[in-house]
Amino acid sequence: MLRIECPCCGLRDHDEFRYGGDASVTRPAHDDPDPQAWYAYVYIRANPAGLHREFWQHVTGCRQWLVVERDTRNHAIASVELARKLAPRKSLARKSPA
Amino acid sequence: MSRYSAFSIFRNALSGQKNWQRAWRAAEPKPSYDVIVIGGGGHGLATAFYLAENHGIRNVAVLEKGYVGGGNVGRNTTVIRSNYLLDGNTQFYEFSMKLWEGMSRALNFNVMFSQRGQLVTAHSADQLDGFSYRANIMRLNGIDADILDRDEVRRLVPYLDFSDTARFPIHGAIFQGRAGTARHDAVAWGYARAADGHGVDIIQNCEVTGFLRDGDSIVGVETTKGRIGAGKVGLAVAGHTSVLGAKAGLELPIESHVLQAFVTEPLKPLVDHVVAYGADHFYVSQSDKGGLVFGGNLDGYNSYAQRGNLGVVREVAEAAIALMPCISRVRLLRHWGGVMDMTPDASPIICPTSIEGLYLNGGWCYGGFKATPASGWCFAHTIATGKPHPLITAYGLDRFSTGHTLDEAGAGPSAWLQ
Ligand SMILES: Cc1cc2nc3c(=O)[nH]c(=O)nc-3n(C[C@H](O)[C@H](O)[C@H](O)COP(=O)(O)OP(=O)(O)OC[C@H]3O[C@@H](n4cnc5c(N)ncnc54)[C@H](O)[C@@H]3O)c2cc1C
Ligand SMILES: [Zn+2]
Repeated sequence: MLRIECPCCGLRDHDEFRYGGDASVTRPAHDDPDPQAWYAYVYIRANPAGLHREFWQHVTGCRQWLVVERDTRNHAIASVELARKLAPRKSLARKSPA
Repeated sequence: MSRYSAFSIFRNALSGQKNWQRAWRAAEPKPSYDVIVIGGGGHGLATAFYLAENHGIRNVAVLEKGYVGGGNVGRNTTVIRSNYLLDGNTQFYEFSMKLWEGMSRALNFNVMFSQRGQLVTAHSADQLDGFSYRANIMRLNGIDADILDRDEVRRLVPYLDFSDTARFPIHGAIFQGRAGTARHDAVAWGYARAADGHGVDIIQNCEVTGFLRDGDSIVGVETTKGRIGAGKVGLAVAGHTSVLGAKAGLELPIESHVLQAFVTEPLKPLVDHVVAYGADHFYVSQSDKGGLVFGGNLDGYNSYAQRGNLGVVREVAEAAIALMPCISRVRLLRHWGGVMDMTPDASPIICPTSIEGLYLNGGWCYGGFKATPASGWCFAHTIATGKPHPLITAYGLDRFSTGHTLDEAGAGPSAWLQ
């Protein structure tokens, strides 16, 4: 059974968490007009057979979003961090209006 | 290759059934082929067969990293139906259904295709309206479909929960009489044997580890049995499309996910059809040996582990008992998982690629078994002519960037929610 060490609540069954998908993709800036950038963000996935950075939300616990590094071949978890503690991603910052 | 017939059984009986030929040769790789198909699952083998049968291309190899039938073709729950809603899917899956109807004869191999009918229960008037919409689209495309009311469903499948305490009372159902099941292993073996009969080399224990290039074109593959040249390479590796695609330099809208399936101890005949629960994720049929074969939802997070998690076992069991309380004490014999390549719209991808010499067949999600013959037929056409077969023009890789996704469930672009 897959269990996740929540930084707030400790080791919990993964049934308490909701999956949020690949955490390595970066959302383009809100006003980015390039459809290719949005296509890559919405659809393209590396889908590695190996370490995968992914979002999980502890829905029936502390409700925090986590970033988990897990090996997709055997579910071994390498790290768990609070998503909000990770450095804000650059491209999220809005460009100043022209 | 000797033909299978009543006479061949009789003749072999005279020699104690000891002189049957191998169903296909144990081939070793030649230095090069006109076409190499990677992946000895249903789709790869069917592709090789139709390359030879429909296009006269016989200098073909199928490279399989394990053994034929060891992937999803031997792990799925074999539901075959053509009740799709969206243009592109509707016609493709009906074409597949027609090929199923002639398959045993075409392959000279009994694939035990059993058109026992499939029904999906509806649990509200609105849901039944939705099913009527689907049935109308099917009928307009010449596909059989019926809408049943509660009493008709009850006559057909009286063992479902029709009591006053049912959590989601059955309101009606959509029914396709020509839908059914087939023997999955027989489909793999039948295509392998028929392709071999046309001269195709089926090479097992041969994993493709990379691609050979000449400039930008792909001209062969690296394998655990050495380098093999190829005029064209077709990719049909189901759950491992991303892994091989990355080696070729393709960026793909695919995630690998595990789906589980279950079989119970054998029972007397009970479930005569394929029954799917419209209120939750559960569907069931009964095998010829008597086991109830059923499945449910994806495990729900990226996985190449080929085995599932216990949470889903519980969820599927709960749904099963909500629909069929009578099986609550039946024991589970086995359960297993398969790794599938899920796309963001749960529809497949079959197309030429941006790389010269490389053709892609993947993204079959949880529904690719029923597509096996049509996928092989259309992929063979695409490889042979370099252009997509008319039935698969909706399945191009470019549909995601142009906004032409085929999202039957309307679930949006998260592959694990499809
Ligand atoms: C539990 C479960 C239930 C399902 N139920 C249904 C159902 O009821 N109805 C339905 O229509 N569909 C169903 N499906 C989906 C269906 O099984 C698949 O979509 C379909 O089988 C995929 O195509 P395939 O047969 O070619 O795949 P596979 O049989 O998986 O073939 C792919 C092959 O590629 C090989 N391969 C991978 N990498 C390499 C490499 N590097 N080199 C060489 N070979 C390689 C693999 O070993 C494998 O044998 C189900 C799937 C699962 C897992
Ligand atoms: Zn928590």
